[in-house]
Amino acid sequence: MSIFTGAWRERSERRLEARRDIRPDMALVPASSIAGRALVTVIAIMTFLASITAGAAILIAEASHGWQDQVAREMTIQIRPTVGRDIEADAGKAVAIAQKMRGVASVRPYTKSQSEALLQPWLGAGLDLSELPVPRLIVIALDPAERLDVGALRRTLAESIPGSSIDDHRLWLERLAIMARTVVLIAAVIFALVLTAMILAVAFATRGAMAGNREIIEILHFVGAADDFISRQFQRHFFRLGLRGGAIGGGLALAAFIAAAALSSWWRATPGGDQVEVMFGDFSLGLNVYAAILLIAAGIALVTAFVSRVIVFRHLRDLN
Amino acid sequence: MPAVVAREGFRLVRFENVGLRYGMGAEILKDITFAIEPQSFQFLTGPSGAGKTTLLRLILLSLRPTRGLISLFGRDALSLDKATITDLRRRIGVVFQDFRLLDHLTTYENVALPLRVRGKEEASYRAEVTELLGWVGLGERMHILPPVLSGGEKQRAVIARALIVRPELLLADEPTGNVDPSLARRLLRLFTELHKSGTSVVIATHDLGLMDQFDGARRLVLGDGRLHIFD
Repeated sequence: MSIFTGAWRERSERRLEARRDIRPDMALVPASSIAGRALVTVIAIMTFLASITAGAAILIAEASHGWQDQVAREMTIQIRPTVGRDIEADAGKAVAIAQKMRGVASVRPYTKSQSEALLQPWLGAGLDLSELPVPRLIVIALDPAERLDVGALRRTLAESIPGSSIDDHRLWLERLAIMARTVVLIAAVIFALVLTAMILAVAFATRGAMAGNREIIEILHFVGAADDFISRQFQRHFFRLGLRGGAIGGGLALAAFIAAAALSSWWRATPGGDQVEVMFGDFSLGLNVYAAILLIAAGIALVTAFVSRVIVFRHLRDLN
Repeated sequence: MPAVVAREGFRLVRFENVGLRYGMGAEILKDITFAIEPQSFQFLTGPSGAGKTTLLRLILLSLRPTRGLISLFGRDALSLDKATITDLRRRIGVVFQDFRLLDHLTTYENVALPLRVRGKEEASYRAEVTELLGWVGLGERMHILPPVLSGGEKQRAVIARALIVRPELLLADEPTGNVDPSLARRLLRLFTELHKSGTSVVIATHDLGLMDQFDGARRLVLGDGRLHIFD
């Protein structure tokens, strides 16, 4: 074309060399808007809630596994006082029987005073418990390398010591397993609700952005942009918003866990702190919690981009 | 050069008995029949509100007629899929009366937009866009955002955006409506040069002075919803 002459080209190239302010990837959808900031805030809150939910579920599930492991590694022989029998002799006999069994790592009998001390939290200190029929407990630590024949131990004890029984903590294990499953289920439900709320928020925000940028869409159509190109622009816009919101929410969740871990170590020496640690562990963030928060933040950004793409495509289809 | 296929009987645009009404209202365009030949130059004129912009929008396929036939580059425009409409639009350059520049993009980015949406690399068109901006007198304003540009500068930016893809058909809606007479003459020269290089040009205007500067142009006159052609 005659209008594109060499002299202009040379001068233009020189001018361009001097100026470095060309932005080849400048977003076609304006980056900052009140609606965009509101969406970033919503996504940050959703990511925070989802991350806290997932992190708490992981911590509780891990703590629950810890309890289950601990409980499953032990059994308790209980010897109830029986009229006409020497409970101390029965306890000694039970210890001897248990020690002979294969699969038993160690046997630790509770003395009379230790057994009575266990009742202190319920009955208070300073009471004379000698008249009470306090059962004696013998804790058996199981050898993880060898399986204990619990049936044989139960039969031997029943034959030798009337009034003895074995508690293999099965009831506790079942309850712990149910509790862990319930926690995970509740976390999954909360997570699904948060995700649904976020998808709806993104859908509304996308519709708003499409309406607000209707003229841009029309211009892009007139200059020859395909629907795919336009939807990519919006997808990129919303992916950035999602990424920003996800990073803020995930970062806040991480900070919350770190703060909780610091508080937990600060409280560790107190009775309340001990209880919290027993329930939730020591809040130490394992790699899986970091990975979960990272995955949630990235996943939410991707979901934001995907939802906006679907909405934009539908909108463009309706527009046509 | 535009890749116009100047074969016998080929028309860039053909309207046959096209009518348009909005909703249940009266027809605002009635029995419009005309054709735009390759490498032709025409003014589309008529009083304000006669339907010039509407007719241009029909050519751009951003409006569907309520009756009649429209063919674009030899294709029945009313039965095209989205991808084909996009392809055909890429062969048309548009100059809007109200500019329609993206305010958050610089002049350079606005002018380069048609190339960018085609997926071209910035480095491949940088020199060409810069050259064209210089040619329309915006060489020193290429990194300025549109809100800072004057009306005339915006108009030239829009024209540069329409020309950058070297379209086969250029539709200009009141391109000199916001500029002084001397710039209007310069812009018309730009259109005539473009026409000489093979592009068909349709300029919608009610500026009689502008039309008188180009005697050889066909005049399409809209009035009372009907089109009268003066070759």
